[in-house]
Amino acid sequence: MNDKDVEAILRRELFKIAPDIDMADVELSADIREEFDIDSMDFLNLVVALSKALNMNIPEADYSKISTYNALVAYLGNQANA
Amino acid sequence: MSEFLMPSLGADMEAGTLVEWLKKPGDEVSRGDIIAVVDTQKGAIEIEVFEDGVLANYIVDIGSKVPVGTPMAMIDEARQEQRPERPVSGPSPIADAAHMETAPSPEQVAETTVSRTPPPVAARSLERLRITPAARRLATRKGIDPSSVTGSGQDGAIVMADVEASDPSTTNGRIADHRTTNKPERAVMRRAIAAAMARSKREIPHYYLSHTCDLSKADAFVSSYNADCPADQRILLAILFVKAVALALPKYPEFNGHFKDGVFIEAEKAHVGFAINIRGGGLVAPAIHDVDTLDLAALMTKMRDLVARVRIGRFRAAELSDPTITISCLGERGVEALFGVIYPPQVAIVGFGMPAMRPWINDGNIQPCLTVALTLAADHRVSDGHRGALFLSTINKYLQEPETL
Repeated sequence: MNDKDVEAILRRELFKIAPDIDMADVELSADIREEFDIDSMDFLNLVVALSKALNMNIPEADYSKISTYNALVAYLGNQANA
Repeated sequence: MSEFLMPSLGADMEAGTLVEWLKKPGDEVSRGDIIAVVDTQKGAIEIEVFEDGVLANYIVDIGSKVPVGTPMAMIDEARQEQRPERPVSGPSPIADAAHMETAPSPEQVAETTVSRTPPPVAARSLERLRITPAARRLATRKGIDPSSVTGSGQDGAIVMADVEASDPSTTNGRIADHRTTNKPERAVMRRAIAAAMARSKREIPHYYLSHTCDLSKADAFVSSYNADCPADQRILLAILFVKAVALALPKYPEFNGHFKDGVFIEAEKAHVGFAINIRGGGLVAPAIHDVDTLDLAALMTKMRDLVARVRIGRFRAAELSDPTITISCLGERGVEALFGVIYPPQVAIVGFGMPAMRPWINDGNIQPCLTVALTLAADHRVSDGHRGALFLSTINKYLQEPETL
């Protein structure tokens, strides 16, 4: 799975949670919760969906590494190819 | 025979528009089954039946707006026992076909209040078409030829969604919206909130209390609980808040119940309404039932399910109408504290501000500590500040002993 696939899955899951957010308006290096207006329940649901779609474990201790869109793409790419 | 009534939809809603029947005449129904979808100011709401039986006939037609308490269908409680031979797995194809709209029974025609205008398309095209009554009426209203629609229902039957999907002018329309993003128009939701909150402020003499709680133990508990958990079994701090409130309620029943016609009626159960923000504006506070009896994992599962359904606008009538108290959490991106407006006929709303690291004095030393402002807005007709303060203290006590939650 390459980074493009990972990003496509991420975008799909983000759209499910925040369908009203246009990716063009998102600051990719800013706080993902602010940019997508998601709360801790939404964020957990995103983590659950990504864990399932990519068949990986994203421990709570790693949440600080996935606080922006770009960081999340990089993290998922690394984990998926690990 | 009994009437299936339009249920109460909460204090601020007096009517709903029938959008879809999910059961058809002849179908067996069991208590708790979702049998219809009703459009309200707060979006589409699933409504459930409260008895076992067989759906005899519809009384209200799709698209009709009817007040709460209106008979919508007849349920035959006796017929279920009389037909033990009927397979539980579903009606036979022949029986099923009989319920299709091509052959309405005389009873159906007689008892329906619908004015059935003949479809503009040739009736012969419907002869062998498998189409639900709701879908056919929708097609008629829209002037769509049902024979041009591809069915996606059981045995290829055409259902409402198929008719919607085949109509290019309404794929972005209201009903289509309910199945995808489903947001009622902002102005409509605004009016519903305005009506409930204006009534609250007009009728309920609120008093307010606030208490700062140390969350370090609760936070440590959540972290250790989640450390070895797969994501779908993790819990949130808010779950502890909800459980702590529910456990405190039995000792302080004057905060749990409904004030109606000048009398306060204590609730026996803790059906906790949880305020959930709706994307694009507005909020609802549907209930999680019997919170005091659920463990944290079960409560979390219910909460995740509820939030997911609210986001797409699918919640059940009972969830909206029967909360006995409401909790509102600002979450991590909020502000320090909130002072709620009671949702009538309830008598209290408990608020949790944004948990954050703040200076705290422990053993004479100032140190950083995760704290939250716990607040209460309560109805002075029913309770007094002294009891309110004890109620908040008890909630705080539970949060200091998270292992007891």
